[in-house]
This record gives sequence, structure tokens and C-alpha cells, in this order.
Amino acid sequence: MRHTLRETWSGLRRNLTLTLSVIVTIWVSLTLFGAGLMAMQQVDLVKGRWYDKIEISIYLCNEVSTGGNCVPGQEVTQAQKDAIRKSLEANPEVEKVYFVSKAEAWDEYKEVFKNSPLLNDTGPADMQESFMVKLKNPEQYKGLVSEAQGLDGVQNIVDMHAVLDPIFRWLNALQWGTMLMSGLLLLAAALQIANSIRIAAFSRRRELGIMRLVGASNFYIMAPFLLESLVTGLLGAALACGTLALGFELIVRRNAQVSIQSLQWIGWSHAGIAMVAVAIIALLLSIIPTVLATRKYLRV
Amino acid sequence: MITFDDVTKLYQGGSRPALRNVSVDIDKGEFVFLVGQSGSGKSTFIRLILREYLPTTGTIHVAGQELNRLSSWKVPALRRQIGTVFQDFRLLPGKTVHENVAFALQVIGKKSSEIKQLVPETLQTVGLSGKGDRLPEELSGGEQQRVAIARAYVNRPKILIADEPTGNLDPATSVGIMKLLDRINKSGTTVIMATHDSTIVDQMRRRVIELDEGRIVRDQKKGVYGTA
Repeated sequence: MRHTLRETWSGLRRNLTLTLSVIVTIWVSLTLFGAGLMAMQQVDLVKGRWYDKIEISIYLCNEVSTGGNCVPGQEVTQAQKDAIRKSLEANPEVEKVYFVSKAEAWDEYKEVFKNSPLLNDTGPADMQESFMVKLKNPEQYKGLVSEAQGLDGVQNIVDMHAVLDPIFRWLNALQWGTMLMSGLLLLAAALQIANSIRIAAFSRRRELGIMRLVGASNFYIMAPFLLESLVTGLLGAALACGTLALGFELIVRRNAQVSIQSLQWIGWSHAGIAMVAVAIIALLLSIIPTVLATRKYLRV
Repeated sequence: MITFDDVTKLYQGGSRPALRNVSVDIDKGEFVFLVGQSGSGKSTFIRLILREYLPTTGTIHVAGQELNRLSSWKVPALRRQIGTVFQDFRLLPGKTVHENVAFALQVIGKKSSEIKQLVPETLQTVGLSGKGDRLPEELSGGEQQRVAIARAYVNRPKILIADEPTGNLDPATSVGIMKLLDRINKSGTTVIMATHDSTIVDQMRRRVIELDEGRIVRDQKKGVYGTA
């Protein structure tokens, strides 16, 4: 045991610059990886929250409306409304259908435009009736939209997905970009660890040769190298976790959360998950390259 | 102690086998000279005993184990029963004599109390008491080889393999080394020594196995170096 610890320490010291460069690479790559994970969780959270609120509004024709399936000058008939409701309720993706009357629409309009001159030129008669549809799975909206588009008396379908999807696409691209970059850096870190272990093993090849000759066990031979890269990996992971915690506190908790309160923000539990993942990756990153790099010296 | 049964070893990419159909028995406590020209297969013979390689065909038993069936994680246990000495000593230059010998025990997990007792004892056996604090570079070739022998013998192996142990030493020094190996053999250790040194073989009059192009061409009790 004493021998193992001594060899680990001298290995770390002998290649101090190399050890430091490995630690820095691991630090940066794991920070990026953790940040990617946290961004991913944030997107999921926002998605879940917004998608929950999203309802598809199906606006119906009135006397002045044009476009859609409207006949100019003709308001939607009761029969058409019944048919639309029936068809919506029959759709398996639909959870609930609300009807918004002209009066209700007018109330909301007055609320939204209460300080606007528009209010003077408009009256309840100009409002459109609509169906608001809540979906069981907010992501499965396309079938319903195309179905409703074919129904008589439907003027327009307003679907928040059309607005949000591009935003989510960008966020996704950002996420995966971060993950890809951190993946490349992690690969570089793994190669660097393998290399530094190979150099350490090479500089100790006489000892290793004699250890094998006199019958030291493989684990005994490998232990100093394994410990060496574990120390390096875990130091890098600790630095990454510290950076993540600091960034989370400063960027998310003290800034973003305060200035954009309408969004739900990830909390410490999410940051914790990212840090645990960082630690696991650090462990794998230390063990796998070391085992591969020392294999040559352990072959019996 | 060591049995080769119809052993052939062909190295990957080699055009002819390094050993061909070698069958031989070496009993416990024997002293065996392995002679033959360079390339005759002596080194292969030794490396097969150490299970650095497996034979291409045939079976090898060493210290009661069939090497062909020995799983690789048990190889260290086999090697703990075999001490090995080389022509170039292979001492660790940064460690003292005492540390070099102790190293062989430390790395197989021996207790330090045991190491404290065994190392000086063994240094005395090889005639190096009082030189434990020296570095290898401060010693003569003969003394360095004694350190190497001490390292090989300190764990009291059943078998001692010496590959050209006197190859780098002058004749007078070689005699001392041979006396030491003889003493170790008399304590019950099987000794196998590969050598080119005809004087030594002729003086010792022990069993001689001669290899030529991978075959055993002579196996003689109390033999001499050249064909009698």
C-alpha cells in the first residue's frame, strides 16, 4: 500500500506539467459537458411548461372574415359548429375542447387592448368565436391541425407550436453543439491521459519488468497508474463541478431567474444531476484509458 | 519439477520453429546446464518455463502446474516460485543493494517485518553483507550479479533460472558466482543455467542439455560442454 501511494505521488510529481495540462483539459471539457446537461434540462423544463399551456385555437368564420373555409359574408352555422366540435372530440389526441363565445372573446380583447384606440372602432360583433383545444400530448399536434383545416366554418388555426418550434430547434442545436464540443474535448482528455500514463509506464519499464518477473499481481502493477489518473480525473471533475456551481449561482440564480421570472428555471437538484454525471464521466475517463495504456506492460 | 512433452514453439512470422519436438524432464533439486549456439533455442526454452510464451504444440508442466491451462491471472503466482538471473543483471540503478532485493518482496506484498529479516539474511548468503547501502554502480560486475542472485533467491523459489549469468564476468569472478549457484542448488533449489562458458560446464560436471536448431541433440548426466 505504501509503495502504491509513493509511486502514485512520484508519478504525479514527475510529470507535473503534463498532469496539470491533463487536469485543465478535463476541467474545461467536463465543465462544458455539465453546462450542456444543464442546458438540456432547462430546455426540457421550459418545453414541459410551455407545451402544457399551449392550446390550439381554431377560429371560426364571422360575417366579415375571409380566408380559410369561410364563405364571404356568411357566419359559421350552428350545424357547422356542432360538426367541428364533434370531429374535435372524436380525435384521440384531444383531451378537452372549450368553446369561446363572442362575448368571452370581447372581454379578453378589451383586456388586451384597454389602452388602445383600436377599441373605439371595434365591437363584440367583430369578434370571432373559437374552439380552444387541449391535447393529451402537446407534441402530437400536426394531425389535429390538418384535420381541423379541412372543416367547414373554420377560418384560421393559431398554433403556438409554429412560433415555439423554431426556438426549440435553436436551443436544441445549441445543446447538441455544446455536447459535441465537450465530447471532442473529452476525447482529447482521454488521449492525453492514455499518453501520460504510457509515458509514466515507459519511464518505469525497468521496475515493471522486474515486478512481472518476480510475480507481482497485475492489480499491484497497475494500481499506481490507476490512482494517478484517478487523482487527475477527480481533480479535474472537482474543478468542473466548482465552475458549474459558480456559474449556476451567478448566471441562473442571481441573473436569469431574477430578470425572466415568467420562465421556470432549473434548480440545484438539476445542477446536482449534472455534477454527478460529470463525476461518472471523470471516473470512466480515468480508468478506461489507463487500463488500455498499461495493458502492454501487464501482458504476461 | 519441469516437464516438456513434445514441445514445439514457432514464433509469429518465424520461418522455422525456435524449438522442435522437445521432450525433457528436470527433477527437483537438479542442476542443469543448457548449452548450444546463439539461436539454438535456449532463450525460448527459458521463456517457456517462465510462461512468457505458450508453446505452439505440446505441453509444459512447471512446479506442478500445466502452463497451457494456467489462466493468465495465475501466472504471477507461478513466477513467485521461479527466480531469474540475467547476463545484464537488470538491477534498478536508483535503488541501493538492500532496496533492490527488498523490492522483489515488497511488490508481492510481503510484510515489512519479514522483509527486514529475509533481505540481510540473503545478502549474507550471497556474500554481500555490509554492502546493503551501496548503489549498483558502486559495485563490481560480480557483486552486481550477486545482488541479482539475491533478488532472485530472496523469496526462496523452487526453481532458479540463470540466463548466461557469467557472460559479462571475468573467469575468476565467474567461479565465485558458480560456487554461489552451487550452494543455492545444494539447499534444494532446482537450477537451470544457460551458458556458453565451456570451462564452467567442464569443471562442474553436471547434467548438460545441448540444443541445436531447436532440437535436443544431447542430454547427459555429468556432461561436459563439447561433445565427449
